[in-house]
Amino acid sequence: MSEPVSPAVEVANLAITLDLPDGSSRPIVEDVSFAIPKGEVRALIGESGSGKTTIALAMMGYSRFGGTISADRIRVGDLQIQSMGERELRKVRGSRIAYIAQSAATAFNPSRTIISQVIEPLTVHGLATGEQAREKAIGLFRALALPSPETIGDRYIHQVSGGQLQRLMAAMALISDPELIILDEPTTALDVTTQVEVLNTFKSAIAASGATAIYVSHDLAVVAQVADRIVVLKNGRMVEQGDAASLLQRPQSDYTRSLLAAARPVERGAAEEQAQSVLAVEGVHAGYGKVRDGLATIPVLSDVSLRLSAGSSLGVIGESGSGKSTLARVIAGLLPASNGSVRLNGELLSPGIDGRSKEQLRQIQLVFQNADTALNPVQTVRDAIARPLAFYHGIKGAAADARVSELLEIIQLQPAVAARRTAELSGGQKQRVNLARALAAEPTVLLCDEVTSALDTVVGAAILDLIDDLRRRMGIATVFISHDISTVRAFCDEMLVLYSGRAVETCPKPAFSAPLHHPYTELLVDSVPELDPEWLASLGGQHVPSLPETPADKSLCAFLPRCPVAVAGTCDVLPPPLVTVDGQRMLCHQRGEVPKNEDAGAQP
Amino acid sequence: MAVQGENRPAWIGLTRVVIQRVLSALLTLFLVSIVIFIAASLLPGDAAQEVLGQSATPQQVAALRHEMGLDQPAITRYVDWLVAMLSGDPGRSYIADMEVSDLIGERLRNSLTLAGVTALVSSVLALTIGIVSAINRGSKLDRTLNVVTLSLVAVPEFLIATIFVLIFSVKLVWLPSIAMVSPDASWGDMLRSMALPVLCLTFVVTAQMARLTRAAVADQLDRPYVEMARLKGVPFRRIILFHVLPNAAGPVLNAMALSLSYLMGGAIIIETIFSFPGLASLMVNAVTSRDMPLLQSCAMIFCTAYLVLILIADVVAILANPRLRS
Repeated sequence: MSEPVSPAVEVANLAITLDLPDGSSRPIVEDVSFAIPKGEVRALIGESGSGKTTIALAMMGYSRFGGTISADRIRVGDLQIQSMGERELRKVRGSRIAYIAQSAATAFNPSRTIISQVIEPLTVHGLATGEQAREKAIGLFRALALPSPETIGDRYIHQVSGGQLQRLMAAMALISDPELIILDEPTTALDVTTQVEVLNTFKSAIAASGATAIYVSHDLAVVAQVADRIVVLKNGRMVEQGDAASLLQRPQSDYTRSLLAAARPVERGAAEEQAQSVLAVEGVHAGYGKVRDGLATIPVLSDVSLRLSAGSSLGVIGESGSGKSTLARVIAGLLPASNGSVRLNGELLSPGIDGRSKEQLRQIQLVFQNADTALNPVQTVRDAIARPLAFYHGIKGAAADARVSELLEIIQLQPAVAARRTAELSGGQKQRVNLARALAAEPTVLLCDEVTSALDTVVGAAILDLIDDLRRRMGIATVFISHDISTVRAFCDEMLVLYSGRAVETCPKPAFSAPLHHPYTELLVDSVPELDPEWLASLGGQHVPSLPETPADKSLCAFLPRCPVAVAGTCDVLPPPLVTVDGQRMLCHQRGEVPKNEDAGAQP
Repeated sequence: MAVQGENRPAWIGLTRVVIQRVLSALLTLFLVSIVIFIAASLLPGDAAQEVLGQSATPQQVAALRHEMGLDQPAITRYVDWLVAMLSGDPGRSYIADMEVSDLIGERLRNSLTLAGVTALVSSVLALTIGIVSAINRGSKLDRTLNVVTLSLVAVPEFLIATIFVLIFSVKLVWLPSIAMVSPDASWGDMLRSMALPVLCLTFVVTAQMARLTRAAVADQLDRPYVEMARLKGVPFRRIILFHVLPNAAGPVLNAMALSLSYLMGGAIIIETIFSFPGLASLMVNAVTSRDMPLLQSCAMIFCTAYLVLILIADVVAILANPRLRS
């Protein structure tokens, strides 16, 4: 670098090794060098195991699992981090270098008030008195657009939302006016709609503070919005680096190209039309607590209906808490519906799993979100897959071994994997075994509950391809639950949008690109970050609710408080009607012609 | 996430919990009294037989039975006792011919002193050992403490007591081997005479508490908020006191309550070895002599002590956890 001004952060020849219990050591980061000019945001991007977080934490002289950091230089301002001892590092951490963790929900202490933790960087370093620190914190809460800034800090973490917590953590980092801020996947745990708001806040807060920042992420589209330059990492080594726009448009390495490809799922054609309906869900209500008049005390799903034919795939989408997983549990019978019906091949199923026959159970299989917890870690892959073979088909012994090999081939794993314990597999392999376990039952309906959300983008994309291929080849009807609308749009023949337990829109594939959707669907689509550095800026603040006050009437549209197109006099007075436009069915006053009376109303 | 219970003061929820617990504690006490009564009735012989001994004629026994009211049906005796108990009178001992309250009074004071001193010593010790081990997980110190506490859990208390008597009373002649506590002894004398029983009981209960404290603190140390605090430059001592301990309080206190509840009734072996005039040995005597009023009262006291400890542990755990508070 031949810049006249020396950069704010400089890293030369950084290596981090992990000491293994057997006395040997394994390098987890090697040969990493970069320099960041003052005030710039540098992104470190890569998949899990790429060493991105490890490198970022090394800026604070901190290593997670007792790894050894060695470097020719780790310089932050005038601090030579590589030659500082633990005592000196402690004085620097939180005061001159601040950290923002991935999940604020776990990074805050649950039994202390939030503000007592937010002011700690100032008080423990003796930079301010408690009173001054509180005042500064409240000022930051206000600047970060947090509601009731005076009092929000006196709450505990379970009393504020995820997006607010993430902003509170930003306040905790900014409070000491650090010269370097490390952001470790700060929006990954958030819903897309919340992510947009938080990204916006972070971006302007960093800019306002004038600090230099390192932004760690696996998501290229997110990084494109905030970073000036991007460093791509793989297996602890730098693959390439460049400024954000040119790296996205002209990636130099194959690896970056594969990351970019995985971030943009290719749209598939619709499956061949099958007349025969396999799964039919009618007017399902479900929830938790006591059931009275077909309604649970804590309702989760209200009046949800869907229809699925053989080989087709339905994408169920919504943010956390919208009832997506509950819908899968209702169909599988794990949570009996309090009202409504689930039919399989025209046959009415008992709401609970107890009343269903083995044959009915076999036909509906659920693939759980987290293969880590869904598979028994001490079982071998063979045992995990052979169990449903024996249970549903009575296949045992050599026949089972042969069938396990077939299934492994279907999910594209080596036959040798059968002998390994599930705990020894990688995340992607586990999810494949998890899928094979469901396929072993030879289901007619496969319920996939966020099957890729715990996986890296590239690995997840391969799993999606596999599921898509299987349902087309084997004619398995698939319910695909996801929080990622671009995946659903690429892979599914139909889309069901859930908002607080209601199906606000169902939309067949030909209508995905229709000009008008339910305002919530539109919000979801608009919130998915695009691989364009200008995307966030172009968004502006367009999603402002149009009605300031929302009456608390449960029959009204649940999206009303966030709706940008709501109209006073209809939306806040009448329940939303079900309108049908070219196959799209939407619960909304503002979409399409409202039929006269008879058809109006969400509930029969 | 809805903001719940924000405007409701914490003590309302807490009072409700305490009232609920006290009510269920009363129910537990009632059930325990029935169980004890039935169990005692199943034992062969009764108080009259015990008093008169083997040589008594059936007529004498019958006469004494009538005098003691033992010829009444069991249910009547139980109800009579219950009614008297509710009005605050635990009755009269069949055997000692004294008011039960007088019999118990002094013994209870002794037992509470023994339990209290032991609780104080052992909690401080257990917390220190547990926290030190958790902080130095995997180190030599941790492994040594682990081995020591494990061995102590495994060694029966009569063996520990015997060894201590051998060392401190017989060889070194520092401490008395018999803990005679006279009511007018000075505090110093009392502590000296109680030193060995306290030491033995401390060994027994500390090990268990220390192990559970270590587990609870170690679990919290692995949480991301601890890493966050370190990355904020929070000094280690403050991380432990301000961040970790409030979160570990719930499980630690419950472990302590369980261990300490042992100090009342479970001290029987120690009381016997050191001839300590405590409540546990009184209860054993009541069993052998079929002295129902005394037996019932002792059982009620042990049960109450246990329930009170658990209640205290729960309340403090709730106070330490804002999520439980609302």
